[in-house]
Amino acid sequence: MPEKVITVQHLMKKFGGFIANDDLNFDVYKGEIFGFLGANGAGKTTAIRILSGLSRPTSGEVIVAGYDANKKPEMIKRNIGYMCQKFSLYEDLTVRENIILYGGIYGMKLAVIKNRVHDLLERLNFEEYENRIIADLPLGLRQKLAFAVAVLHEPKIVFLDEPTGGVDPITRRQFWEMIYETAAGGITVFVTTHYMDEAEYCDRISIMNEGKIVALDTPAELKRKYNAETVEEVFIKIARPVAPHTPLKGG
Amino acid sequence: MRTVFYLIRKEFLQIFRNKFIGKAIFGVPIIQMLILVPAITFEIKHVNLCIIDNDLTPESRGLVNKLEGSTFFVVKYSTWSEKEALAILHRNKCNLILNIPSGFGRDIGSGKPSKILASVDAINASTAQLSWAYLNGVISDYNMNIVTENINTNQVIPLSMIQVTNRYWYNEMLNYKHYMLPGILVILVTAIGFLLAGLNMVREKEIGTIEQINVTPVRKWQFITAKMIPFLLIGLVDLALGMIIGKIAFNVPFEGSILLMFLGSTIFLIAVLGLALFVSTFSSNQQQYMFVAFFFMIVFVLMSGIFTPAESMPDWAQKFNMVNPVAYLMRINRMVMLKGSAFSDIRREIISLAVIAVCFTSFAVRKYRKTA
Repeated sequence: MPEKVITVQHLMKKFGGFIANDDLNFDVYKGEIFGFLGANGAGKTTAIRILSGLSRPTSGEVIVAGYDANKKPEMIKRNIGYMCQKFSLYEDLTVRENIILYGGIYGMKLAVIKNRVHDLLERLNFEEYENRIIADLPLGLRQKLAFAVAVLHEPKIVFLDEPTGGVDPITRRQFWEMIYETAAGGITVFVTTHYMDEAEYCDRISIMNEGKIVALDTPAELKRKYNAETVEEVFIKIARPVAPHTPLKGG
Repeated sequence: MRTVFYLIRKEFLQIFRNKFIGKAIFGVPIIQMLILVPAITFEIKHVNLCIIDNDLTPESRGLVNKLEGSTFFVVKYSTWSEKEALAILHRNKCNLILNIPSGFGRDIGSGKPSKILASVDAINASTAQLSWAYLNGVISDYNMNIVTENINTNQVIPLSMIQVTNRYWYNEMLNYKHYMLPGILVILVTAIGFLLAGLNMVREKEIGTIEQINVTPVRKWQFITAKMIPFLLIGLVDLALGMIIGKIAFNVPFEGSILLMFLGSTIFLIAVLGLALFVSTFSSNQQQYMFVAFFFMIVFVLMSGIFTPAESMPDWAQKFNMVNPVAYLMRINRMVMLKGSAFSDIRREIISLAVIAVCFTSFAVRKYRKTA
């Protein structure tokens, strides 16, 4: 049995009377790519924020990288990387300045960061952008950079909240190559998405609907169980999409 | 500590990359000093008079001449109609009506007490009182002249009077620029402390960059410290700029230790920055922050004693000033700059400010939430 890096038991999160996460139970194993699927407003972002120590659960047990999200959120933060749904690197700083800042915050030495900046930019084919202000970069490049920064300090787990939203298909493909590389390096990848083709690339996926996890397995097993050709079909069979005119909060 | 260094570096990069703010933080204080210091004055000059001279004797004309000769009064109107005079007062064209009744000259000549009537526009009570006091001064002076003349002619024994000679201490020329400049320096650092850091923090919330910071293991005190130090330094540079302008443009004396002024302002800035960052934790956008910060700034500045003596304020206001950092710095700056007070003279103010600084800053650190 591979090592568990995330354990979630009976996780509940309420905002007033609204239940955003309703009795979630799942485990995530070391080195796996775990896909978190669901329509907008299904509660994906709420869950990912709890797992990253940004928000406290109302009840239930959440252990991430060996630390309790209720008691030691700051310890969790030492061991994870996080890429927000909304781009949140500093747009008025250059690529290099952002990398140095986050490397510094994670306690890396300047010399180490500088080496890493070089490798990283080379790997991303980013050298020419090194001293460009982020505000001038196209979305696809920004997202790749945000991911690179999220794994810069070699965390145990990286959380990606809709990392490919609005990105073109070619960049999306490149992005997933980065995810594979990262997972191959032993970093667990926890990714939310609502692109069903991306779900096919995950080792396991969970499908959320209205705050609950309604399905959890490997893509192949789910397709077999629901007698479907694609994950998209599975999704449509089990998740009722929210009516388009309902005001929605992010994923 | 290394983390704080990286965060401070980032703040400075951002501040100076912003073309407007990068210039404004140096331009604003210079302009502020050059405009406010000479403009704000409590000196009464050019009080406009309307004279109703119903007497038309050498005595009454002598009095009017005497008034015209003073620097405070300008005889703007003269009329015989009381109604017209009141209309002029009503339209704000004059500040004071002096009504000399007929028989004024005759009464003086005969040694009887003579009467005149002054009507003062008292919308601004202190201006009214001061104009009245000046008027009184001119008239009693005029009175003395008459008495002296009478001694020669009539041999009336004059009343013996107490003569007071005074000397103004610390600001001998009663130069209001000297009084205002240390106060304007306080306003200058207050604005830097209150507005920039708090807005900066709320902006991070608005655009969402704080989320990425909150998910790192950065400590709360590290982030708050990194938000404070750049603006603390900018505030001190602005203070230096303001003092240089004070010396060059207004030749304001620096009686006390400049180092002591910087010490006071440093502790003050920590207090104000702490409060600003504390307020920013409550505000979800820049508009909300501005509204609250503006409220604090106006209350703190107006109650600090910059324009009106804090000692004359009601008891509750003086109690409030015990937690008003601006009031302490106002006293420190004026005492050190104009009186040359030493550390021992302002020890109480410095200690109080330090206590406030520690409290506000720890509120800010405590209220800042990395996990909602």
